[in-house]
Amino acid sequence: MSDVTAERAIPDTPPAEENYLTAGTSLASWLLTTDHKRVALLYMATITVFFFLGGAAAVMMRIELVTPQGDLLSDDAYNRAFTFHGVVMVWFFLIPSIPNILGNFLLPLMIGAKDLAFPRLNLLSWYIFVIAGILAIYTLLAGGVDTGWTFYTPLSTAFANGQVLAAAAAVFVAGFSTIATSVNFIATVHLLRAPGLTWLRLPLFVWAIYATSIVMVLATPVLAMVLLLIFAERAFGIPIFDPLRGGDPILFQHLFWFYSHPAVYIMILPSFGVISELVTCFARRRVFGYNFMVYAILWIALVGFLVWGHHMFVSGQSMLANLVFSFLSFVVAVPSAIKVFNWTSTLYRGQIVFDAAMIYALGFIGLFTIGGLTGLFLASVPVDVHVTDTYFVVAHFHYIMVGGAVSALYGGLTFWWPKITGRMHPESWARFAAILMFFGFGFTFFPMFIMGFLGMPRRYHIYAPEYQIWHVLASAGAVLLAVAYLLPMGYFGWSLFRGRRATANPWGATGLEWQTSSPPPKENFFAPPVVLQGPYNYHPEHAGPPSLEREPHEPQGGPTERAP
Amino acid sequence: MSGAAALRKPYRSLRRQREAAEFGLWVFLGSEVMFFAGALTAYAVYRALWAEAFTAAARETSIFYGTLNTAILLTSSLAMAAAAEAARAGLRRMTLRCLGLTIALGLAFLAVKGLEYREDIQKHLVPGNGFALAEPKAQIFFAFYWLLTGVHALHMVIGLGVVATLLVQAWRRRRPLASPAFEAAGLYWHFVDIVWIVLYPLLYLAGRA
Amino acid sequence: MSLALWPATASEQAAHIDGLFTGLLVVTGLILLLVAGLLLLFCIRYRRGTQAKRGDLPEFLRRDVELGWTAATLFLALFLFWWAGTLELRASMAPPEALEIHVVAKQWMWKARHPNGAREIDALHVPRGEAVRLVMTSQDVIHSFYVPAFRVKQDVLPGRFTEMWFRPTRTGEYRLFCAEFCGTQHSRMGGMVTVMEPEDYASWAAAQPQEQDLPGEGEALFTALGCAGCHAPASAVHAPVLQGVYGRMVHLADGRTVRADQAYLRDSILQPQRDVVAGYAPIMPSFAGLVDEADLQRLVAYLQSLRGEAAR
Repeated sequence: MSDVTAERAIPDTPPAEENYLTAGTSLASWLLTTDHKRVALLYMATITVFFFLGGAAAVMMRIELVTPQGDLLSDDAYNRAFTFHGVVMVWFFLIPSIPNILGNFLLPLMIGAKDLAFPRLNLLSWYIFVIAGILAIYTLLAGGVDTGWTFYTPLSTAFANGQVLAAAAAVFVAGFSTIATSVNFIATVHLLRAPGLTWLRLPLFVWAIYATSIVMVLATPVLAMVLLLIFAERAFGIPIFDPLRGGDPILFQHLFWFYSHPAVYIMILPSFGVISELVTCFARRRVFGYNFMVYAILWIALVGFLVWGHHMFVSGQSMLANLVFSFLSFVVAVPSAIKVFNWTSTLYRGQIVFDAAMIYALGFIGLFTIGGLTGLFLASVPVDVHVTDTYFVVAHFHYIMVGGAVSALYGGLTFWWPKITGRMHPESWARFAAILMFFGFGFTFFPMFIMGFLGMPRRYHIYAPEYQIWHVLASAGAVLLAVAYLLPMGYFGWSLFRGRRATANPWGATGLEWQTSSPPPKENFFAPPVVLQGPYNYHPEHAGPPSLEREPHEPQGGPTERAP
Repeated sequence: MSGAAALRKPYRSLRRQREAAEFGLWVFLGSEVMFFAGALTAYAVYRALWAEAFTAAARETSIFYGTLNTAILLTSSLAMAAAAEAARAGLRRMTLRCLGLTIALGLAFLAVKGLEYREDIQKHLVPGNGFALAEPKAQIFFAFYWLLTGVHALHMVIGLGVVATLLVQAWRRRRPLASPAFEAAGLYWHFVDIVWIVLYPLLYLAGRA
Repeated sequence: MSLALWPATASEQAAHIDGLFTGLLVVTGLILLLVAGLLLLFCIRYRRGTQAKRGDLPEFLRRDVELGWTAATLFLALFLFWWAGTLELRASMAPPEALEIHVVAKQWMWKARHPNGAREIDALHVPRGEAVRLVMTSQDVIHSFYVPAFRVKQDVLPGRFTEMWFRPTRTGEYRLFCAEFCGTQHSRMGGMVTVMEPEDYASWAAAQPQEQDLPGEGEALFTALGCAGCHAPASAVHAPVLQGVYGRMVHLADGRTVRADQAYLRDSILQPQRDVVAGYAPIMPSFAGLVDEADLQRLVAYLQSLRGEAAR
């Protein structure tokens, strides 16, 4: 607490000039804005709502699962809860979160542009997202869906009695928003880089967002088509996958996972970018093996398209297909391992400080490592046959997506909060939340590995009593995790009004986004930046940071002059 | 309109801005290719599985309307290409005429499509109860027939909307002929045309060789 | 409630898979220790303000180490693939002498039929030490047959057969789950697999109510539907006696002669007015809609069986 009072004691000087937050305060100036920074905040508000909705469904499930019987929810209600949790968390939280909040805000800033390539398209994609979100909420209010987020046919087309059509429509519409955003990002990175900012001088966050956008552009339309097929079959009785008329339900799974496996990389690649920014800044070192990091991102994006069959080892696909997909899944593990090793080596001979954002980043590396290593179990066909569709898989992908992507989102928000709002968050609260998130996450999801290996199938409303101990542990951990997620909402909100004013570059970071005021002006930079060197110049190239002092770093964009 | 006025916010030069519209559209078309690729993959799988039922079903489609529409659409692409070239050369009347011709041909395509759909419905070629063919797998062919032509027609409608907007804007001189939008609209129109060129043999020529 | 950390191991495959699982645990555990150890070490040693040596990285660290661990992880991945792949290939084919049990899944139950006709629902009895091959299909949505103690799982699909096999090694009762989400009562769709000594299995199977054969079921239907009321030899109604009708040439009222094969019998049940036998009035009602495909099969099978009796 003493830290907080100390922070507040510092005199509160209002920012000297107009910034993007103060340039127009009417509602219309927000709802009709084409400023990428404001659109990012619109996304932040919307996505936070969905994070709460999806989280509420998770809370209901964790409470229900404390006992083996069904006490709180009926069978149908439970099925609807986990389906809603999956649909909302995948398409309305994880996929848009880092790209649309941090990516939207930072991409132009990091490459020295005034805005995204198509500012009006950017706003349009938010409106499309809101329409999709309203459809998703309508689905919930109209009774929910009970197919699981995977929409497997023939359950979804002929047997489920929930609002499958509305849910499919919601996801379909959300896909347009995703595609619009990613077209925008790709064009921005190609066309609007500052003079001197060559491809191999791009910060890794930009590379990650760029690779993610390519995956989005190529994978999302396949999901759109497969949802259209499902929609047509359910709504009009047109046979596509109907086994009674010669259709093939496995074909649906192939098409679905052709999207949904790359979607995993859509969710995790942006966080690789965030972590690279965080680790370098707080270790005061250039990133270890920059080129390898870039190649690893591109390799993951490419090979990620070729491994979808590992979700289907027990579906009845051929032995040959199983072995090929198993092989490719092992191959895609290599670049992820490179990234983990490189982040670790970046710490070597650094000047490490443990600010909250760094704690999130270190937690990310640990949790992502566990998530990635358990992926090796799932790539091995015989082991996967045993643990697929059990809580082992549930634990595995939550380690990647929640331990990984959500930790990175919170870490990124903590890191860029001063830039976004111009206010400092209370550091000790943030550190506490970061540590709590790491341990809360571990308590919640590690027991799931054990019960999954013991055979507990996923999507079970009632379960055999021998698994209860693990469910109780998981539910108890979820309480900690919930606090760790809610706490930042509190102190971030508090900081908006009472937080210390942020300087332009409170962390002493090198990226272009720190070379303008906090919060940035409407057009991002007072003078267009010119880039002379690569990212992460925390020390001269063939030297490390000095032993004792933090040496003044060299910003990537060179000194920018304030326009008179 | 002067060059400075046409320059929009994030850009530092008009040349970049022109590039952006075209580049963005190409990326979007990459997305569209994957969209149709999803359905065409499913079509390919089923055609390999149920080859005979598919060719038998394909013989029921109306080759007359299909071929007529192919001709109409190819001609419309010519008109669209001419419109884009005319706009680039700054020939206003030529641009307007070609855009008008494109719209007329596009509407003709949709009209023929409507006639064809009416005939198909009369022949009970809509999958479900009372379907004309006994073989259940033939219904899968017609599922793809309706979906693919329907989605293609939807793309035509969107393309018509875009071209009509450009026509009105160029007519009222609200959009300079130098705008990259003409080129971009042309790209989109040609893409929709190419999709039809893929669909035509798959849906009409299969089984008629 | 005892705290188990390892599931029961009750099949031949389970032992192999556990070996692979243990190997993976060791390998990944070592990697995790390495990463976590390095993280901790660097975080402590190079925290801000320590006296540890900083400065440039040695040249070999910058390139050779990067290449080294890329190659090392690639080789490790290939090794694990080889290990898992060979294990999978070896276990893929069921031995030809395997006991074949048919499984039908429907929302929300498992139905099994043993080779001798014994049937059970939500339970499966299998002999210890013998290979058991399950041939499975589903009547509605996709289900998945999962016995954790055997480490086997296979999706069960509508419209096609999928197979799996296992060789139980320990007697006892093990849980059977449906592992693919299949609708409202998915979590209740399961049961028990009982592994018995082969001789116990034999006596168990013999003691089960046998499935009636098709002709037997057909005979029951023949009575239940009222067919016997007219077609029985002692009936007052003037209707053809069906003993030995199958395979015979019959003369029809319109002068044609047809062979009373399966198709004819089937048509006569559904459309009795079409091919009326000469000398009889067209008084039989249609049974279309009253009998389904399976019932038709049973009735025709019964009529076929009557042929033998007539000949005797």
